[in-house]
Amino acid sequence: MTSHIEQFKIHQEPFYQPKGNEVELYQAAYAARLPVMLKGPTGCGKSRFVEHMAWKLGKPLITVACNEDMTASDLVGRYLLDASGTRWLDGPLTTAARIGAICYLDEVVEARQDTTVVIHPLTDHRRTLPLDKKGELIQAHPDFQLVISYNPGYQSLMKDLKQSTKQRFTAFEFDYPAAELEVGIVARETGADPETAAKLVKVGAVARNLKGHGLDEGISTRLLVYAATLIKGGVEPRDACRMALVRPITDDADIRDTLDHAIDAIFA
Amino acid sequence: MADVKKVMQHPHIQALWEQLQCGFPQVAEVFEECMAEALASLTKEGVQAYVESARFLGRMGHGVEPILIFLERWPAVAEAVGESALPPVMDCVRRMWKSPNGKAIVPFLQSLPAAARRLQSQELLQRYLDLVPDFMDRTTGSIHGIHTTFPSPGLPEFFDQVPFLLGQLPIQGLKNWVEYGIRNYGGHPERQKDYFSLQSADSRAVMQRERHGTLLADVERKLDLYLRGLWRDGDHLVPYSTGFSELRKPVPYYDKLGIRLPDVYDDFILPSLAGGGGVGGEGKAVPSPGASRHPLPPAGEGRVVSGLDRYRATLAHMVGHRRWTEAQIADNWSPFQRMAVEFFEDARVETLLIREYPGLRRIFLALHPVPVEGACDPETTSCLRHRLATLSRAFLDPDHGYTDPVLLDFVQRFHGLLAKDGSSTSEIASLALSYVARTRRQSDQLPNIHFKDTEVGYRDDNRQMWKFIEEGDEEEAFDQQRKIEPGEELEGLPPRHYHEWDYSSQTYRPDWVSVYEALHPKGDAARIDKLLAKHDALAKRLKRLLDLLKPQDKVRIRYQEEGSELDLDVALRSLIDFKGGATPDPRINMSHRTNGRDIAVSLLLDLSESLNEKVAGSEQTILELSQEAVSLLAWAIEKLGDPFAIGGFHSNTRHEVRYLHLKGYGERWGEEVKGRLAAMEAGYSTRMGAAMRHAAHYLEAQKADKKLMLILTDGQPSDVDAKDERLLIEDARQAVKELDQKGIYAYCITLDPRADDYVTDIFGRNGYTVIDRIEKLPEQLPQLFLALTK
Ligand SMILES: Nc1ncnc2c1ncn2[C@@H]1O[C@H](COP(=O)(O)OP(=O)(O)O)[C@@H](O)[C@H]1O
Ligand SMILES: [Mg+2]
Repeated sequence: MTSHIEQFKIHQEPFYQPKGNEVELYQAAYAARLPVMLKGPTGCGKSRFVEHMAWKLGKPLITVACNEDMTASDLVGRYLLDASGTRWLDGPLTTAARIGAICYLDEVVEARQDTTVVIHPLTDHRRTLPLDKKGELIQAHPDFQLVISYNPGYQSLMKDLKQSTKQRFTAFEFDYPAAELEVGIVARETGADPETAAKLVKVGAVARNLKGHGLDEGISTRLLVYAATLIKGGVEPRDACRMALVRPITDDADIRDTLDHAIDAIFA
Repeated sequence: MADVKKVMQHPHIQALWEQLQCGFPQVAEVFEECMAEALASLTKEGVQAYVESARFLGRMGHGVEPILIFLERWPAVAEAVGESALPPVMDCVRRMWKSPNGKAIVPFLQSLPAAARRLQSQELLQRYLDLVPDFMDRTTGSIHGIHTTFPSPGLPEFFDQVPFLLGQLPIQGLKNWVEYGIRNYGGHPERQKDYFSLQSADSRAVMQRERHGTLLADVERKLDLYLRGLWRDGDHLVPYSTGFSELRKPVPYYDKLGIRLPDVYDDFILPSLAGGGGVGGEGKAVPSPGASRHPLPPAGEGRVVSGLDRYRATLAHMVGHRRWTEAQIADNWSPFQRMAVEFFEDARVETLLIREYPGLRRIFLALHPVPVEGACDPETTSCLRHRLATLSRAFLDPDHGYTDPVLLDFVQRFHGLLAKDGSSTSEIASLALSYVARTRRQSDQLPNIHFKDTEVGYRDDNRQMWKFIEEGDEEEAFDQQRKIEPGEELEGLPPRHYHEWDYSSQTYRPDWVSVYEALHPKGDAARIDKLLAKHDALAKRLKRLLDLLKPQDKVRIRYQEEGSELDLDVALRSLIDFKGGATPDPRINMSHRTNGRDIAVSLLLDLSESLNEKVAGSEQTILELSQEAVSLLAWAIEKLGDPFAIGGFHSNTRHEVRYLHLKGYGERWGEEVKGRLAAMEAGYSTRMGAAMRHAAHYLEAQKADKKLMLILTDGQPSDVDAKDERLLIEDARQAVKELDQKGIYAYCITLDPRADDYVTDIFGRNGYTVIDRIEKLPEQLPQLFLALTK
């Protein structure tokens, strides 16, 4: 069992740049074993935050990237048939509940709503997980904690979380970091010089100003890190920006043109 | 001519029909529809003038066509350029009528809507109209000296081509093209016809030659995005024509109504490249169509500035003033001193702009003239302008290479001041004044001024930099009449009371606001059908989207471990895997689910006074556009079958918030509802929180999985009794939170381009959309709804 746990432990500190007092608040939520919801646009540091916290608390972390085809069994577990008969295999949620891991359901709205309801019993005071098919009721390990992330920016009511699900979580609102912090993150993540990082962050700001005016989402910190990585690798900065920052986020010719112009104006 | 006896449905239209005194049955047939459109989009006086002009056209003796075409097309023209364009248009008609050119009237009238749409301002349309008398005078009856008996052969052909030509040429280009045709073919009827119908080769060639530059109309969205993305600014962009004022070239500027820019900018090439110095050595604007007649050096070389970048430079300069320039009192300074202050301040804001976006330096320097040191002779000429332009160049160009010690001293002091925190207008003004004092020469007073290389084309006229004390306050007329009188249509219904959030104490004020509700009075439903008909093409497009969204009764869900049926394909594959010793996929069942679109929607319309404002550049009010948009949305939602209610609100202090039901959840989208929508009026203020709570009260009671409240507004929450601006913003924000608790998702569609700040506070970063171009609302509202619920 211990080796099982070991494989989910994070041994090296994942770099996380706090934006406020979220580290302390998370520690408090964990101390009370409250379920946590991380809201915010893609690529703004939600996953990194959870990794960092798992490392800091010394707990194993099991991450599940949710998708539309996922069923409840994919979370809980299922019987497998093999030559010697049937065999039960725990799903990631069950494993986390047994070994006392932090279970992180990334982009939980992607999963269908009938899938998400299986987490409900784990989020109230009983902290149990019924395995109906196996006829077992698991009492979650005292260290177990549930964390979900979701991006409210999809602008589709249909992809919103059910109110009854939302009400079970404490929530952190994430956003792209303030400019100076973001410069620090990009530089630290890629080894890019601060000046280049600052220019990239400026391009990011231009795109974020256009959100809602033809762009559904601005340029994420993740994309800025990509661009810096390319530049570090010797790609001409403007090419790197176009490739990592502009082309991925838009097909709108006017917006592309405006962002290209901004890149030229910033990397003069 | 005997009037056609026809009875119109509406007495008002009947009266207008009688006024028209028209005997054409064809006109009688369409009159009612035309008038409905006109009444919706023209003012009272505008309608009068419209009918009068139509009457004239009907009695002119050229048959039914002129009056018919005019009746059908005028409202669209008025919408694009304003109804006050009618007198000059009718002048043109009269002139043709009095000449032998009566046959050209129909094509002329036909050309108007396209011309108006393209030119967008009355000023530019006037340029077009000005071409007509000149064209007529110079081509009518001039053949072999016989006097004015033959009509102009080219004129009707020309009008036929105008919609096409204006799509290709700026107005000045059109003028040049016409000029060429008249000059060369004024005396050859056949060739003239060929030229003006674009048949002849040289006609096309001249058009190609004139077809240059970047038209504002074509890059407007890019410029909007530029302002917003790079500068967090935005305004209405209004074109003016560059070609016509020979005396003084118009200069860009901005005021309350928007930012004025030339209608076209050519690409700009440095003198050394353009070969032999352009106008005033300022570089040369070259015609540069996609064609390869002028092979351009690559733009990346930093020597060419595209028309688009010239627009951007001009906008950036004005943004600089809008951000950093504080108006100075002009009265105490001489014209020379003011000119100096302007040069210094222009260079200051540009330096600050370049700090934000270093790439701007290349563009500014390429466009800024390079005055030659010593080019101005102070013995014979006033050189102050030249000195200042030289200095301005030196402020911006680190490699200016000038050697004058005074200049160098001031460049250093300039950058010294800016090094701190960008300095200020008044500080830089003192530096400018000391420069004038230090370099003053007797000859500055000479009437002969050195202009060469001193004009900086992308700079505005700096009218915002000055205030004059003598002028007195600008009067602003505040006698807007209130359309709905207090107390009207409120009888009988007891108010409902709602709490309001007081952010300063972080508490609710209980039962603070009284909401009165009523059924909206009814108007003419046909008007709404008319509006819908106008958007026929759009409706067809929407229909396709709607069909995709329409709930299909049953959807099959495959790959289920448990389900209602065995999925044979998957089961077989699993069995084979199992037999082969591999782990089989246990998800061998499938099930069915009704694909329920289970949404209830409440649309809440802000009906405050500001909706009566005309949309910039259009004759329509925001209210009218909202009516169109809401009709389309209602039609779309009806097709989808979602339960849907519409309510409107306005307020006059907390004691009187009115909530008007336009459509109930159970009501069909039909005559009754359209009638109410048609009668919609605007007045008073916007107490948004209370209205949202009231609409939520009904929406909450709906049985639906998802509940969506759409709020359509044009400004921030406010009311006459709320002095503190934040109060109602914070209350609305609190209301959104309350709605969220109830499982209602609130989403705001705002027409206020500057809404981002407060609307984010209220609805959150993802809870709103700003519609920048209000005229796009009818198109965007339904699409937005579809995107939100797909
Ligand atoms: N606060 C932060 N500290 C460190 N790195 C960050 C931070 N925010 C974003 N990043 C960078 O952005 C990338 C994307 O973040 P991630 O956590 O994967 O985003 P999300 O989970 O929100 O989609 C990370 O890999 C990291 O490089
Ligand atoms: Mg200026």
